[in-house]
Amino acid sequence: MSSDPSTSEAKGVPGSETTAGGPALEVSHMDIVYRVRGQDRLALRDISFSIARGESYGLVGESGSGKSTVALALVRYLPRNGRVSAGTISINGQDPLSMGKSALRELRARTVSMVYQEPGRALNPSLRVGRQIAEVFELGGASSGEATQSAEDMLRKVQISDPGRVMRRYPHELSGGMAQRAVIAMALASSPSLLILDEPTTALDATVEAEVLDLVAALRQEFDTSVLFISHNLAVIAKMCDRVGVLYAGDLVEEGPARQVFDDPRHPYTVGLLRCIPRRGQRKDTDRLDTIPGFQPAPGHTLKGCVFAPRCALATDRCRESDPPFFDVGELRTSRCFFHDQAPGLPRATPVSGATLEDQGSGGSLVVIEGLSKTFTGGVRALADVDLTINQGETLGLVGESGSGKTTLARVLLGLTGPDSGAVVALDGKPLSPDARRRPRETLRALQIVFQNPDSALNRRHTVRSLISRPLTRLAGLTGQALRDRLAELIASVRLEDRHLPLRPGQLSGGLKQRVAIARAFGAGPDVVVCDEPTSALDVSVQAAILNLLADLQKAERVTYLFISHDLGLVRYLSDRIVVLYLGRVMEIGPAETVFAGPHHPYTEALFSAVPTLDGERPDRIRLQGEIPSAADPPSGCVFHTRCPRRLSTGVCESTEPPLLEGEPGHLTRCHIPLAELRIIQRNESAPSQGGSL
Amino acid sequence: MTDFLAEPGVPSPADPIGPLGPEAAAVAVTVPAMRGQTRWRLLLRRPTFGVGAGILLFWVVSAIFGHLFAPDNPLAQQLLSANAAPSGSHWFGTDPLGRDVLSRVIVGARDILVITPLATVLGTILGTALGLVMGYFGGAIDLIAGRLVEAVLALPAVIIAFLFIVALGPSTTTLIIVIGLIFTPLIARTVRAAVLTERNLDYLSSARLLGENPVRIMFGEILPNVMAAILVEFTVRLGYAVFTVATLSFLGFGVQPPTPDWGADIAANYSGLLAGYWWQTLFPALAIASLVTSVNLITDAIEQVLNA
Repeated sequence: MSSDPSTSEAKGVPGSETTAGGPALEVSHMDIVYRVRGQDRLALRDISFSIARGESYGLVGESGSGKSTVALALVRYLPRNGRVSAGTISINGQDPLSMGKSALRELRARTVSMVYQEPGRALNPSLRVGRQIAEVFELGGASSGEATQSAEDMLRKVQISDPGRVMRRYPHELSGGMAQRAVIAMALASSPSLLILDEPTTALDATVEAEVLDLVAALRQEFDTSVLFISHNLAVIAKMCDRVGVLYAGDLVEEGPARQVFDDPRHPYTVGLLRCIPRRGQRKDTDRLDTIPGFQPAPGHTLKGCVFAPRCALATDRCRESDPPFFDVGELRTSRCFFHDQAPGLPRATPVSGATLEDQGSGGSLVVIEGLSKTFTGGVRALADVDLTINQGETLGLVGESGSGKTTLARVLLGLTGPDSGAVVALDGKPLSPDARRRPRETLRALQIVFQNPDSALNRRHTVRSLISRPLTRLAGLTGQALRDRLAELIASVRLEDRHLPLRPGQLSGGLKQRVAIARAFGAGPDVVVCDEPTSALDVSVQAAILNLLADLQKAERVTYLFISHDLGLVRYLSDRIVVLYLGRVMEIGPAETVFAGPHHPYTEALFSAVPTLDGERPDRIRLQGEIPSAADPPSGCVFHTRCPRRLSTGVCESTEPPLLEGEPGHLTRCHIPLAELRIIQRNESAPSQGGSL
Repeated sequence: MTDFLAEPGVPSPADPIGPLGPEAAAVAVTVPAMRGQTRWRLLLRRPTFGVGAGILLFWVVSAIFGHLFAPDNPLAQQLLSANAAPSGSHWFGTDPLGRDVLSRVIVGARDILVITPLATVLGTILGTALGLVMGYFGGAIDLIAGRLVEAVLALPAVIIAFLFIVALGPSTTTLIIVIGLIFTPLIARTVRAAVLTERNLDYLSSARLLGENPVRIMFGEILPNVMAAILVEFTVRLGYAVFTVATLSFLGFGVQPPTPDWGADIAANYSGLLAGYWWQTLFPALAIASLVTSVNLITDAIEQVLNA
């Protein structure tokens, strides 16, 4: 009922109509301070931006840049020790900073809505979903019956196919994507004039993220809502936003139309940030990623001059002494840099790889996995009959969404999880015991892992020295001087310093922690290192340094990687061959460039089209419907048939599981449609740009 | 009004950076973590800790040096001044045998302050070991040990103590062992719960991949991470132990007369309450209460600092 924006305008706070022509949000010269131990620390300084009606504005920045603080400040949700110390905010012409309690409540109820990263935390776990959404309508003055009806309509608008059933559920009964849709439905229920989305898809899988992003884009059209979209993911911002602001250490350093900023950045920070991301066509052996040296200053820093100067290759004394103003660098574009015209030519912090890599040539198969299944109690079949080989010296990329069995596969290989009987896991031709505790020291040395989250993987009560030394004593048998020498060598190779040795993990930044974890994995000279999403907990600029480190170490130590990631860009950059998993089954396997170039398995195709990239939209976008089925109750026939856009009408997909067939040398797909036919279908649909993109 | 927008993402005041969590620390090269020294200073700054530690210190000094500064010999009977009310010559009055109550309260701290910490240490060591084994191995070991723990917990502690003391005969050593054993399952349960939250962390997988044996994993890897929980549990149990020791001596299973002891003195004199000799009971009772309170104040302060 209140889906019509005009009615909500009318219901809105008096005065909102008069400013209908003005911007939906205008922030000018805003400073935010946090009071920490009796001192005011400046977290954001001199932030100005505005969002026009119906416009979508992106705020992008690394963690600690203050982007979420902006969102919290807009609706006065700052924690008790935070406050806006200067500047003004105007939402729809109203000033939230001067509002009393009830006006503020009114503003939050009617004018602004927020959607956060974790949908599970935004929903009340003890109320049914329908009730929670209806409540928003009741606050808007609807009767209970009308509200329920409106809630149902709203759920239909966010493309929930069976709203009646979803409304009777409790939040924990919804999948992540479904819950986030329900949250978006609630956020839109009040027809807000400003919708703040703070990392709304960061916790979701790629195909689900794609759906939610499409949904947000469509709803924005329909409701004519202005959007403030906050994300660390540049590609998502590029896809979703008209204009973008780049935040660094509490300063807005560059602003402009999203496409232009990302294609032709004019601030050294933006330039550096974009160079940290592996782009299409870049490979680990030819293009080393650039990194940004140094660290982002902590909130409350008291740097003089440009905040980025300490890390900037272009910085001069001028930058260190005076604050750069906003320079106009084109229509609607500003950059806070004295040398904005030189920014695109920012000297690299790391040399482009010397390309000294003599072709190691993949040796024979090092790891052989045959008939591997893993059924957890409760009948969840995490892996089903997986056959796989990993060749000597290669990087095998393992791609899949949550629940695909990636991590289970890694844990079985390492002996941390026992497979179902009948499975063969062999290293160098010798079958391995399924239990790490029964594996000889030599095997333990050969297989190591870099875990996703160093906070969990490093014992927080141990010092860096003991964390790194332990594998050397245990697995390499080093003691005394030999141990000290190897330790020194190792910390140098992961670019840690002596001063880090006595520290505990809690005293290190995320990137440094992951370096410690990498040093542990490489300490005893492993043959195979499993990298389980090693950079997903890290910021972009830190990620680039870790990826370079992994590539360098592989070159130096000649190790084989099993690289697990949900980030296709990373997998493409690092991998020689790629395995695509879906519901515990290998759907496609082949050389990296072949898999990326296509033809691909329909699932791989969907995955590729789901992931936003900075390299422009792929025209061959296919969308998956619905959620990933449960591994406890996989669909019959081909497990992908429930979501497959290329399902055959003959019914064979529903009834028979296709075999994994080699369509071209080394390239296998598990699909009833032969590879040659997929090539024709996919080429026809994507002819305009597919050629030459690699 | 159910303001669904209010809850999520609002960072705690302790987190000045924002709600996005784990990587917030990435901005600094090294983050000054809360180290031992800082914790000590925070602890010392708490008034509850100061008061608790002061009272405890007084009783510790009394237990060790009490016989030197007690105004009278606590064993000396002066039948002529029996049941004397508090006065200038006997601040806390005298008991039916004419012994000075103040002196008996001061010197009576000795046994309870020997038994209580030793019993608690014993219980903590055994309970920690049991809890680590239960939490780390899980499965059948956890199931069987868990049922045994519950069986012990189902019986009142004092009843179990009776059985042991009757069998072994009352002595300081018996009391320490019995109370230590009674506390073992309680502490094991707490430690087990703390171990379970550690068990899914990757550093344990990492240790297994280094071929570490279970003993090293339990004591070298997990134990340091659950020390905070154990420390809190230790101080909580210390308070209970004071109470248990006093109860057992009240019932006659502890220190035997004529040695001064708070619990035993209350037992010996409480019938005098009807005759109005309240000081014979009140002062030993206050002594017990003050000791329990001081331990609890210290516990609270430690817990608050650890959780800060």
